[in-house]
Amino acid sequence: MATEKETIQFSDSALSKAKEIIGRYPEGKQKSALLPLLHLAQSEFDGWLSPAVMDYVASLLQIKPIEVYEVATFYTMFNLEPVGNHLLEVCRTGPCWLRGAEDIVKRIEQKLNIKVGETTADGKFTLKTVECLGSCGTAPMLQCGATFFENLSEESVEVLIEKLAKQKRSSYLRPTEINVG
Amino acid sequence: MGRQLLLEHIAVPGIETFEVYRKMGGYASVEKALKTMTPDQVTEQVKNSGLRGRGGAGFPAGMKWSFLDRKSDKPRYLVCNADESEPGTFKDRYLMEKIPHLLVEGMITSSYALGAKTSYIYIRGEYMYVLQILEKAIREAYAAGFLGKNILGTDYSLDLYVHPGAGAYICGEETALLESLEGKRGNPRLKPPFPAIAGLYASPTVVNNVETIAAVVPIVNLGGDEYAKVGVGKSTGTKLISASGHINKPGVYEIEMGLPVEEFIYSDQYCGGIWKGRKLKAVVAGGSSVPILPAELILKTAKGEPRLMTYESLADGGFTSGTMLGSGGFIVMDETTCIVRNLWTFARFYHHESCGQCSPCREGTGWMEKVLHRIEHGHGQMSDIDLLVDVAKKIEGNTICPLGDAAAWPVASAIRHFREEFEYHVKYPEKVKNPKHFEIEPFVSSKQLVMV
Amino acid sequence: MAKVTIDGIEIEVADGTTILNAARQLGGASVPPAMCYYSSLKGSGGKCRVCLVKVAQGSSKDPRPIPKLVASCSTPVADGMVVQNLTSPEVLEARKGVVEFLLINHPLDCPVCDQAGECDLQNLAYEHGASTTRYEEERRTFEKIDIGDKIKLHMTRCILCYRCTMVANQLTDNRVHGVLNRGDASEISTYIEKAVDNDFSGNMIDVCPVGALTDKTFRFKSRVWFTKPMDAHRSCTKCSGKTVLWMKDNEVLRVTARKDQYGEVKEFICNECRYDHKNAADWTIEGPRHIDRHSVIAQNHYEKTDLLTLKKEIERQIEFQKGKPLPLALDEKK
Ligand SMILES: Cc1cc2nc3c(=O)[nH]c(=O)nc-3n(C[C@H](O)[C@H](O)[C@H](O)COP(=O)(O)O)c2cc1C
Ligand code: SF4
Ligand code: SF4
Ligand code: FES
Ligand code: FES
Repeated sequence: MATEKETIQFSDSALSKAKEIIGRYPEGKQKSALLPLLHLAQSEFDGWLSPAVMDYVASLLQIKPIEVYEVATFYTMFNLEPVGNHLLEVCRTGPCWLRGAEDIVKRIEQKLNIKVGETTADGKFTLKTVECLGSCGTAPMLQCGATFFENLSEESVEVLIEKLAKQKRSSYLRPTEINVG
Repeated sequence: MGRQLLLEHIAVPGIETFEVYRKMGGYASVEKALKTMTPDQVTEQVKNSGLRGRGGAGFPAGMKWSFLDRKSDKPRYLVCNADESEPGTFKDRYLMEKIPHLLVEGMITSSYALGAKTSYIYIRGEYMYVLQILEKAIREAYAAGFLGKNILGTDYSLDLYVHPGAGAYICGEETALLESLEGKRGNPRLKPPFPAIAGLYASPTVVNNVETIAAVVPIVNLGGDEYAKVGVGKSTGTKLISASGHINKPGVYEIEMGLPVEEFIYSDQYCGGIWKGRKLKAVVAGGSSVPILPAELILKTAKGEPRLMTYESLADGGFTSGTMLGSGGFIVMDETTCIVRNLWTFARFYHHESCGQCSPCREGTGWMEKVLHRIEHGHGQMSDIDLLVDVAKKIEGNTICPLGDAAAWPVASAIRHFREEFEYHVKYPEKVKNPKHFEIEPFVSSKQLVMV
Repeated sequence: MAKVTIDGIEIEVADGTTILNAARQLGGASVPPAMCYYSSLKGSGGKCRVCLVKVAQGSSKDPRPIPKLVASCSTPVADGMVVQNLTSPEVLEARKGVVEFLLINHPLDCPVCDQAGECDLQNLAYEHGASTTRYEEERRTFEKIDIGDKIKLHMTRCILCYRCTMVANQLTDNRVHGVLNRGDASEISTYIEKAVDNDFSGNMIDVCPVGALTDKTFRFKSRVWFTKPMDAHRSCTKCSGKTVLWMKDNEVLRVTARKDQYGEVKEFICNECRYDHKNAADWTIEGPRHIDRHSVIAQNHYEKTDLLTLKKEIERQIEFQKGKPLPLALDEKK
């Protein structure tokens, strides 16, 4: 669990990855590694950043905790509260709206019996709407973890949810192979 | 189909691998530049090519490169802007995903020209899987001796890294991008100083879009003058267009600059016409930030000349009757589209993405979104329409970075060209209660009625 | 040296001087207002946009005008530059817009605000704002919080000038508060409860242009209006010890640093002077503090806080500034 202060610690592989990332930036500019490290931390610690995790990242980079909070709260990809195993992020911007994004959101809300911003009682799914994900030519679409699901229809999004429900936490860093036709 | 300078080999199986890419003539520009040209000669070719920045502003790339402070004793940096978050734009993702070595090659050749020893590709965090495709391509390039120490046995060395953003459109603005790359909030910087003098880590820096950097490859291969022969006038070369919305064939198309807009929309080689046999209503031609144009003005200029896909032709008529090529995000709307609702999604976008540093943008974007939300949902008043125009005017030009303008232009232009539709929402609140109101009963402008 | 003309008046200033500072050297009505710039804080300025001016001629070498209005606090002058502030209707219109933006989410709770009377936003609204608001949407609100045991944060009033974060960065060695979130959800916060505690942290209160950061030790028994500001000093090992005591009769209600005519503190004071010496006997009192036109002592007794009332209220107090007796405020008449 990511909430007990003493146990916050990257796995060995994550730690060596963190060191490699820090090495990409010039001497004394290690703060540059903050965004990649927060991504790494989020994938290590159940998909969200608790204050303790942020403090840990601050200590790795030798910066003040407030510098991490300021950054983590600026960028929308960082979850500051726990999220479900599968975070469904449906694009809601113009080009996706033109191709029916609102219907997709409605269908997911019905299927999961939650509203945008909520998590299912079983902790499996969280639904959010997001801004353009650079996939407007294959709209409507949603992102789950590192995977883009494109050209969605109300039917295919139901199939997707059923398939995801059988899987463990969607990887934040690696795309999943799920075919929804 | 016109000439393909970037995507020529995109359909070749395995083109994402070093082996196939190289077999198709890849990395020739690196060999040519490093072995036969001085860095300044490469810059000279880019100048001659007339290449203009593909990230949206269209600033001449060669000129930007020549501004780089080469006398400074600080290291110089090249940073590739792969933040691609302008609604309607997805060409950079397509290029990086399908043919990643083209960007890696462009980065090496361009870094050489600029004298950068470390370069970064700043990619939006949501493109995490594309980041991995790029990192794989970079590993392959290191293994083949195109990156790292003494590239191809020359004394030029370069390290190249990919850096993820984390969900912030504003980090596409070049100085916000640099802040973000330094591990900070993406607040745009006050300019001057420009990045060419004090950019990343206060060192001289060039920031260029993915497509701009990729275009350096054919420029070096062909020579700048040859490249400049493609296209028309000051719009040289080819351009990647991301086509989306109500068309039969959405996708990324490489077009020669100068293609008529009408051909682009209706030809089967490109968008393939409007879907469901419907009529064209409006187009946002260069990403959500540029002014929207009604069908008659996107196909022909106010003077009645055919509109072409060039910087100049799209801008013909200024903001009264023209628009901008912008990032090449071409969003097409059919006759059932509610312009107000589309605009509301855009306004919501800018409200959501404002960094919040300066007051006109921080407060004005939210204000516009709220008023538009009211109008769209049937709670507007006639005076709201002029209020929107005025709020947009008070933001435009008065902010730190161009996001303020980008939020104001769509509002101003939608009201300029579609005012009647806004008035309709105020007059008939009951008719717009259903979000699909114009799908059920398309809006007919009185202008059209007169024409029939 | 560079010669600049501001609203028709010429002045010669050192190279690199900003337009705003050139105007301040000139003094008078042509000095643009400034809500975020603070000359002693590095990196401040550029954000609020109230200092926008028009550059009608870039320099004598390149006489072209700058197409957009520029932030005078962060634009350096050039030799031969011609600047318009009050003489440009475009500037006045844009500034009116900025003031409106700053006010749409401001609570206008002046009657209960500690800062009333020395609030830069009140002055600004009076001098440059329109008298009505066109904003009909819901205003943004935040809970009041304590940041440490000495400072209260009313985030609803904050205009995000970033000055307080710069004080924490530049005057103290451990910044624990900052700007969180983004856009119009941005807020000053510590994120998790932490005490802002440092010898110089109290200066955050003085640099705050509005009443967002206030002194919890201020023994707020009456409005600022009824307190008398007195210049005073004591010998202090940490700071200059030069302060202003806000007194009622012989009681010290509050201690602040001294502000110049642009509302800026030139000598920051330590927390001991600020918080721990509320006894008049601790101080050598020099005499009444001169209040100039820039710190309109605006005291607010009106209950309904629309801009028109605000304007009238400030007008009333400006009259007082000119030495006339203060007409009674509404709630005192009874
Ligand atoms: C709000 C905003 C967002 C931007 N987003 C992008 C972007 O996603 N990608 C991009 O290449 N340029 C973007 N730009 C433009 C960049 O600031 C910059 O001009 C560009 O990267 C320069 O590259 P170029 O000259 O090759 O076009 C954006 C600008 C603004 C103001
Ligand atoms: S214009 Fe908007 S995005 Fe740009 S600096 Fe100002 S608040 Fe930030
Ligand atoms: S609290 Fe005051 S000083 Fe701090 S940013 Fe807000 S207005 Fe500025
Ligand atoms: S609008 Fe949805 S991906 Fe671009
Ligand atoms: S004082 Fe110049 S922008 Fe705020």
